[in-house]
Amino acid sequence: MAVETDFSQDGKKLTIRIKGRFDFGRHQEFRDAYERQPSRPDAVVVDLQDTTYLDSSALGMLLMLRDYAGGDEADVRVVHASSDVRKILAISNFDKLFDIS
Amino acid sequence: MPAGQGLTVLVAEDSDVDRMLLARIVKRQGHQVVTAQNGQEAVALFSERRPQLVLLDALMPVMDGFEAARQIKALAGEALVPIIFLTSLNEEQALVRCLEAGGDDFMAKPYSAVILAAKIRAMDRLRRLQDTVLQQRDQIARHHHHLLNEQRVAKAVFDKVAHSGCLGAPNIRSVQSPYALFNGDLMLAAFTPSGDMRVFLGDFTGHGLPAAVGAMPLAEVFYGMTAKGYTMPQVLREMNAKLKRILPVDMFCCALLLNLSQQRAVVEVWNGGMPDGYRLSAEGAVLTPLQSRHLPLGILGPGQFDDAVEVWPLAAGERVLLLSDGVLETADAQERLFGEQRLRSVLAGNREPALLFSELMQALALFGGQPRDDISLCDIRMPGAQEPLPAPVNYPDSGPTSPADWSLGFEVRGQSLRQFNPVPYLVQLLQQVHGLRTRGGNLYSVLSELYSNALEHGVLGLDSQLKRDVQGFADYYQERARRLALLSEGFVRIDLVVEPHAQGGRLKIDVRDSGEGFDVQQVLSRAALQQGLSGRGLELVRRLSSSATWAEGGRCARVEFAW
Repeated sequence: MAVETDFSQDGKKLTIRIKGRFDFGRHQEFRDAYERQPSRPDAVVVDLQDTTYLDSSALGMLLMLRDYAGGDEADVRVVHASSDVRKILAISNFDKLFDIS
Repeated sequence: MPAGQGLTVLVAEDSDVDRMLLARIVKRQGHQVVTAQNGQEAVALFSERRPQLVLLDALMPVMDGFEAARQIKALAGEALVPIIFLTSLNEEQALVRCLEAGGDDFMAKPYSAVILAAKIRAMDRLRRLQDTVLQQRDQIARHHHHLLNEQRVAKAVFDKVAHSGCLGAPNIRSVQSPYALFNGDLMLAAFTPSGDMRVFLGDFTGHGLPAAVGAMPLAEVFYGMTAKGYTMPQVLREMNAKLKRILPVDMFCCALLLNLSQQRAVVEVWNGGMPDGYRLSAEGAVLTPLQSRHLPLGILGPGQFDDAVEVWPLAAGERVLLLSDGVLETADAQERLFGEQRLRSVLAGNREPALLFSELMQALALFGGQPRDDISLCDIRMPGAQEPLPAPVNYPDSGPTSPADWSLGFEVRGQSLRQFNPVPYLVQLLQQVHGLRTRGGNLYSVLSELYSNALEHGVLGLDSQLKRDVQGFADYYQERARRLALLSEGFVRIDLVVEPHAQGGRLKIDVRDSGEGFDVQQVLSRAALQQGLSGRGLELVRRLSSSATWAEGGRCARVEFAW
């Protein structure tokens, strides 16, 4: 699986890991990763440790996740982004919407 | 095999006994049978009856089974007509020959009815599979053809809209891959009534039709509002709000909008998510990258949207280069990206601006080989004073109903000064006056100048002396934004009087502000001397209007247009 999920013990935090390219091909898997969960998490962590590339449709998918997790009130963190991936996020100024580290 | 679903089976066998035996077995399984006594007959019957399956004896007089198989396969074309060889040969070489001649299977004599039935069913499955694949392939080809045709038509319609602008102006050079629109790229250019040039380069998320649908409404907003003289923040807000309203959550538009003002010798830039644009010297050296400072259009609601624009001086001959990410993200065989450094070295190596694009395209081809279909490039040069740009749009005449004797007072107060700009509304109103119709551009420039003077130097108390160099220039606009954000009181009042005068009429404009006023004599004499980055405004107002004076200690500007 290119998209892996992990729910914390207390069921509050959902971690989504994307391996390889994060592009339109991951669309369905990525949606399933948060929509097909027994409960709605309080916080979502998107782990890009093993993500090699990210395109604009991936940015769109992050926006969908943010919308699902509560829009402006959403607690969505993007972690372990490589410098290339970070650059793509920076050009679009996504750090204004997501907590990126 | 259900009844009525039988195949037509060709049986070619030179032995009468075997032929009749086979025909009987096959018929009993519910198929129709046609028979041939040698290869030649078999080929002829195949052409005539088009059976779906062939049982072929390998060794026959006149034409043997191998040759017949080759001819039948050739006649069958793409459709799979399974051929089962009937053979008493059993050395390996002979069986291999059967398959190489185009046979799909073979069956040894003596015949077993059960095995033959099973083989016919198996071959029929293959035949149907091949049939389905062919049908689907043809369907995909039809859809693809249809799609290309739709794209062609959509592109033709869209080109009409896009080219209603001024991308063809002599100071703009641009290239776009032919179907860039369907990769989400959008390039637009138009003049404001005062002769400023606006250029928009956008890139929607995604590909194909979804990426292209947002382009129409965006172009409409851009052209409509630019022609009416709305400010950049107003246009950006409208574009953002419109896209936010109509696009699904995961779609947005990276965008760069710029305003090139020949009168003020500046370029104003808003970049949300596009790659760096470049402010270039006349020789092509990079002066400043024009970086993305904002989220793309269509993501934030009106409450959070940031319309702050960067302002840079741009002298005659200096240029601005815009590009889409297709340029930077062109990849080579190892998936390395072309990137900013390679772009910069092409820029550095360029000697003749006219050749920049072809040098860049060449560098991309050398690097990646595979040209992408989402490359947009736009190079805009600040025209010199002796090089007037095409005349701004004229509004249609409203005829003899035009009002000739009226007045209007308009006051913008307090926090409304932060975002609201009344100039476009007032200019539209004044366009109703017959004698002013052809002077819309001048009116717009003069009113804009007076309004921003009243706001910036009057209400906000900014000193235009700040703008003496490039750094000061940036400081000035930063300070302007800061003071504007804190503004809670003050006013700018515009009084318009239109009255009949002599054979024609005249318009009197008073612009008052709540500021400190200024030493009119000193400022006017200083302005006359300056050629720098400030002080162009007053000169412009005097040149474009019939008369211009300042009263009330500099707190009131009074301008007349007569016709």
